[in-house]
Amino acid sequence: MIAKIVIAAAAMLAATACANAEDRPLKIGWLMSYTGPGAAAGAASDTAIEVFFKKFGRTIAGRKTEIIKRDTTGPAPDVARRLAQELIVGEKVDFLAGMDFTPNTMAVAPLSTSAKVPLLIVNSATSGILAKHPYAVRFGFTTTEMAQQLAGYASKQGFKSVYTFVQEFEPGLDAEAMFLREYKAAGGTIAGSVRAPLKATDFSAYIQRIKDANPDAVFVFMTASELPPIFLRQFKEAGLDPAKIIGIGDITDEASLPSAGDAALGVVTAFHYTQTHDSAANKEFIDAFKSLAPERPVSFVPVVSYDVLRAIYQVVEAQKGELTPDRTMELLKQIKFESPRGPIAIDPATRDIVQTIWFRKVEKRDGQIVNVEFASTPDVKDPGSAR
Amino acid sequence: MLGLVNILIGGIAYGFVLFLMAGGLSITLGLMGFANMAHAALAMVGGYTAALLIGKAGWPFLAALAMAGVTAALVGAVLERTLFRRLYQASELEQVLLTIGVVYVAIAAATYLVGPEQMAITVPAWLDGNLRLGPIDLNRYRLFLIGSGVALLLSLVHLIEHTTFGAKIRAAVFNRRMTASCGIDVDKLYALAFALGSALAGLGGALSIKLLGLDPNFPIKFLTELLIVVSVGGLGSLRGTFLAAMLFGIIDVVGKYLLPEIGAFIIYATALALLTVRPQGLVGRLR
Repeated sequence: MIAKIVIAAAAMLAATACANAEDRPLKIGWLMSYTGPGAAAGAASDTAIEVFFKKFGRTIAGRKTEIIKRDTTGPAPDVARRLAQELIVGEKVDFLAGMDFTPNTMAVAPLSTSAKVPLLIVNSATSGILAKHPYAVRFGFTTTEMAQQLAGYASKQGFKSVYTFVQEFEPGLDAEAMFLREYKAAGGTIAGSVRAPLKATDFSAYIQRIKDANPDAVFVFMTASELPPIFLRQFKEAGLDPAKIIGIGDITDEASLPSAGDAALGVVTAFHYTQTHDSAANKEFIDAFKSLAPERPVSFVPVVSYDVLRAIYQVVEAQKGELTPDRTMELLKQIKFESPRGPIAIDPATRDIVQTIWFRKVEKRDGQIVNVEFASTPDVKDPGSAR
Repeated sequence: MLGLVNILIGGIAYGFVLFLMAGGLSITLGLMGFANMAHAALAMVGGYTAALLIGKAGWPFLAALAMAGVTAALVGAVLERTLFRRLYQASELEQVLLTIGVVYVAIAAATYLVGPEQMAITVPAWLDGNLRLGPIDLNRYRLFLIGSGVALLLSLVHLIEHTTFGAKIRAAVFNRRMTASCGIDVDKLYALAFALGSALAGLGGALSIKLLGLDPNFPIKFLTELLIVVSVGGLGSLRGTFLAAMLFGIIDVVGKYLLPEIGAFIIYATALALLTVRPQGLVGRLR
């Protein structure tokens, strides 16, 4: 009798365990801007999610993946925080991922810390956001690592003086400080520095200041948006040579490069992803992406989104679907694979990305304006803030 | 010194962009007194029309510009007939609420129909590149904008101040009932005027893509600047709108050049100061 009850109870337990795996989906809260500035990147990340599902399937370790998308509507920390809270408390998500603008990430990260929900950051380029938040990992890039690389490039090229132009917000100030520090340390002269407000849409005044100073090169950081093409066109219209520009890859982002057109020819940038990057992984990604959205440009945001999902699948697989936040973090720190952008890893000490940084020049190939890689620095880690 | 000359030219060109965008608004908001927040949404309609016709259908630039005006006028007329006309007599708050709603619908519609990506426009070779006048580089497209702006100003001033149509509109705005009792069909007149304002919005939108870029957020991004230009110029005065656009273009660019640290703030400070001293605007009359 007792034996029967035990067997029945065991059977019931087993049944519930099975049912659990079935109706216990793997929930990923996906925070991106689907409206407002950044909407194009949001849409591109959606396509990347579809590409990912096509290749890796919708189930992992017996759990069905459910991506719960929320629209952060642009740089709006209050909105991002509210949505993240709802995802954590209401939806009980296993992961928070996505994140575009730094202010949003800064608002969401404390929630990830207090709720112990791992946060996988696609694209917030300010250096210092990970230090205080042990459950946050960055898969994108930092403006400081790019600025450091470009300062090295500028001194190697023998530029005697460089003018710096950045947009006035965290990643821009980070980039400016790092470039000034590294370039001066290498013996270069700063011809001047000017910052434009994020909302400025006319740059003729800043460009005239650059022209007055007549530097050998101009270091530029502007966040990827509709504005860099405007800057590049005005730069050329002012009679300056685009080949004088060395910048962080946002300014020649594949999504806005066609709009800049010939005004971008010759611009040199440092970045983590180049659409023309020659590798099997990139070709496969682009082919899959284009088959879903032929018109949509493939740029860094979809590539990093794809990598983030891959990392999530790896850590879920390794834990056989039974997730604990601390084990997840341990595993995330060991992530290492070949991304469409090149080889990537996570630095266990900082939880920041370690990746190859590519130097690219804008060229015309088969009538298309594209970034073309010509040099690289492997295994770059974020140098930290220079401020 | 040469730098300052270039900057002045840059400022004037920027002023003309503002004027091209705000010209239509000075009719609907300024003259007709309708708080039309959806103006830049109509400009976006024109912008997308031109960009798509040139990019996808291979239309020539000038034909696409004309079509941008026509399309925006049609969309504006439909909106006016179905929605806006009901609110001519309503309070400004209600007008703002309705038209700002239209703005959000327009943003969502553009994202759905065209996609959230940046839209590029190709201008013909004769508008590309620079014209060298001694030491000064003049961009051809900017010169073309300045020419279009001057033509727009002259024809609008003529239309509003020297034709019967203009006189009727001014009369209807001043006293709607009296005008109607003179046998003028005020309803039709307003519809025409609104369509005209919308056509100019579309044209301004199409002309400014090359300088301002175009994406679904266009209607909200430039709204503040346009409202400042029209209200500082003085409601109902085209000359005022023109003066204000020039003033802001120049102050903005020169301010950013000389004092880049606070440059972005200068136009708002100027607007504040001007409207404090002259609430009716530069050229406007108090109503």
